[in-house]
Amino acid sequence: MTTEATLPELGATGLLRFMWRQLTSMRTALILLMMLGVAAIPGSFLPQRSQNPMAVRQYYLDSPELARWIERFSGFTVYSSPWFSAIYILLFISLIGCVLPRTFEHFQAMRAMPPLTPRNLSRMESFQQFAGDGTELTKAQNWFKKERFRVRNAEGSISAEKGYLRETGNLLFHLSLILILIGVSVGSLFGMRGEAIVNKGERFISLPTSYDNLSFGKLVKADSLQPFIIEVIDFVAKYDPVTNAAQDYTATVRVTNPGETTSTIETLKVNSPLTFGNTRVYLQANGYSPIVTVRDSTGQVALQGPIPFLPQDGNLRSIGSIKVPDADPQLGFVASFYPTFAREGGEGGISVFPEALDPKLLFSIWEGDLGLDSGIPQSVYRIDTSKMKRIALESLKPGESYAYPQGSIKFETFVPWINLQIVDDPGKSYALYGAIAAILGLLASLFGRRRRIWIRITSTGVVEVAGLAKNGAPGLAAEIERFVTHVRKEM
Amino acid sequence: MQITWAYISNYFVYSAMGIFAISFIAHAFETAWAVRAPEQSDNKTGSILTKTLDYTRTERAARIATAMMILGFLLLLCGVIARGISAKHVPWGNMYEFSITGALAFTGAYLLALRKHDLRWLGLFVSISVLLTLGTAITLLYRDSSPLVPALKSTWLVIHVIAAIISGGVFLLANVIAGAYLYLDAMESKGERKPWAKRLPDLETLDQLSYRLVAFVFPLWTFAVIAGAIWAESAWGRYWGWDPKETWAFITWVAYAAYLHARVTIGWRGKRAAWLCLFAGSTFLFNYVYVNVWGTGKHTYSGL
Ligand code: HEM
Repeated sequence: MTTEATLPELGATGLLRFMWRQLTSMRTALILLMMLGVAAIPGSFLPQRSQNPMAVRQYYLDSPELARWIERFSGFTVYSSPWFSAIYILLFISLIGCVLPRTFEHFQAMRAMPPLTPRNLSRMESFQQFAGDGTELTKAQNWFKKERFRVRNAEGSISAEKGYLRETGNLLFHLSLILILIGVSVGSLFGMRGEAIVNKGERFISLPTSYDNLSFGKLVKADSLQPFIIEVIDFVAKYDPVTNAAQDYTATVRVTNPGETTSTIETLKVNSPLTFGNTRVYLQANGYSPIVTVRDSTGQVALQGPIPFLPQDGNLRSIGSIKVPDADPQLGFVASFYPTFAREGGEGGISVFPEALDPKLLFSIWEGDLGLDSGIPQSVYRIDTSKMKRIALESLKPGESYAYPQGSIKFETFVPWINLQIVDDPGKSYALYGAIAAILGLLASLFGRRRRIWIRITSTGVVEVAGLAKNGAPGLAAEIERFVTHVRKEM
Repeated sequence: MQITWAYISNYFVYSAMGIFAISFIAHAFETAWAVRAPEQSDNKTGSILTKTLDYTRTERAARIATAMMILGFLLLLCGVIARGISAKHVPWGNMYEFSITGALAFTGAYLLALRKHDLRWLGLFVSISVLLTLGTAITLLYRDSSPLVPALKSTWLVIHVIAAIISGGVFLLANVIAGAYLYLDAMESKGERKPWAKRLPDLETLDQLSYRLVAFVFPLWTFAVIAGAIWAESAWGRYWGWDPKETWAFITWVAYAAYLHARVTIGWRGKRAAWLCLFAGSTFLFNYVYVNVWGTGKHTYSGL
């Protein structure tokens, strides 16, 4: 009863003000920063859907129960999860709430004069006194000017201050963190990212339907694509003959810029993307597309063309599927492509080199229902053979054909494909400027030294000098030594 | 031609290891001598001299140790350069190459710090750490030198890796000093320092030194992370993707930022600061070992 009476009234505004003050205190900001570090950890151990969706699918297959639990806590999408976002948004607010007021204070302090010379200088660091001749203040004034101290003259004394750069740098650093966060947010809200596989010899026209996958930030209109055209004229991959490691990928492309009719030939490499305004196009991956012709029993062409296969290892053993939905019953080829085939291992063979030195196409033919109408999205590289029956198993070299009762298939040849990654990130330049400013601010704040020096001539003509270094910055004693030497020099 | 340069590089690395071993022995000798410098009785007066350390006796061993450290550094530098020539690119293509370059940076950081501070006592730890690193590199991590994979062919790789390796070398040095702080602090809290430890700097100096080192390289580490982001933007089309290596670089950055704040704004000193420093350094090591060896993601170039 009595305790209630003594508690001060804490209305809604009071509570809000209290919470705001708590949130913008430095302790809270630091705790949030730590929390962000800790919250980033699980994503480095669990597979992330944004980076490796296959590994996430595998996780579901291996331990479905655990995977569902992990999903419940956004464990496969840590960096876009509500709790991760909550932490950095709070940090963002806290940083603004605590850095902006300090910035205003700092600018006021910078315009204000240095504080008056304290009465008792002998308590300060590096205090010294000596007999003067009356010219010391003028000489001191000159020295301070030359060394770019800010000074305040008073009757018989000067107080000088230098090193505001430290606090300026510190504020610049913290403000630029905010700029980086803004850059990241702009990128994810207004950006766009897509991928497309393009066979050598084919054209890619940047329209929503041409992309294999395409995603937009929450605040962009879905049709705001840069309408460029890229035709893949050639693609050359070089591999080390000893280690099989890739040495160089070079794509030669013909590029038609948006709104133009003329085209230019450009080279696209892994570290040098093409640029269309804010949109950049990267060479991301490559593989092979076997070109096959499938005929029905009457010899009519049922399907023809290059079919991109998905690489499975460093030697580009690739899997793919050839689906013939118009055949009756439907036909499907579960296939593997080996650029350099070698008979080894249990499953038919392996590829021993990523370049196509001895290419081979292995496949099994299935008859039945491809399940394309079931409404469940299907991988283009795989076939659900659960409602199908296997009718043959065969391997072909380029130029060879195989006939089966329902028709025939010819493995004509193959072409390389490249995977273009198309990215529009309008926020990245903010992030970059923020990052540059952060480093400059950091340097100023870590290496800047703020200090004050005072000089006074007492009524008896004795000169007193003293100094004060903030944050225990080193080097003040030496500086005062130089100052005194100058002041005591003959005019 | 390539093979010859690779062999030359290996010889340099082996010789550097030999020299570091000598340096280690000389450092050990110096330390051991200091231990054995007992209280001596003055022959004439019979009184006990309390001077427990006789620097004149150990000075020569200390000088040999430092000279060997410099020689080892130069040999290792030649080894790293020869490796670069053999592979025709900066020698940072796989984990063996990262390790020998990292050992070089670590030794370099020590030698540079030695010019300003009397750190010869640290040489014992530095030489044994370098020996272990090189030993692991050459036995477990060794790979024939080979060209870079396309994603690694970038000027930003050179800049990013130089900055990261130097930061790593200095972070580890700061860690060794923080470790020494904790060890000596524990020793002092039980009473006096043991005779051999008396020559080591006082706790205050160690505390300051590890802070100075961190404050000195934190901007460089920030720069390394940013250079990595710029490189990732040009190679993969995104400057930040929370790949495990990026994630742990961020964690290391946060941990050191916390360390700096704890010192500058909250005023932590001594034991707590040293533990925090060790913790931050271990996130760096963890990134190096875990992500390269067991990790997945775009950054796994260890060649293992
Ligand atoms: C509301 C949030 C924050 C406040 C009020 C704050 C405040 C401060 C202050 C007062 C200093 C010391 C400057 C000095 O005494 O010279 C400082 C330094 C620093 N802050 Fe923050 N900080 C905040 C958040 C952050 C964040 C999120 C980071 C990110 C890593 C960060 C990184 C640093 C660094 C690296 C230093 C330099 C340490 C040094 O001067 O030795 N701060 N901060």
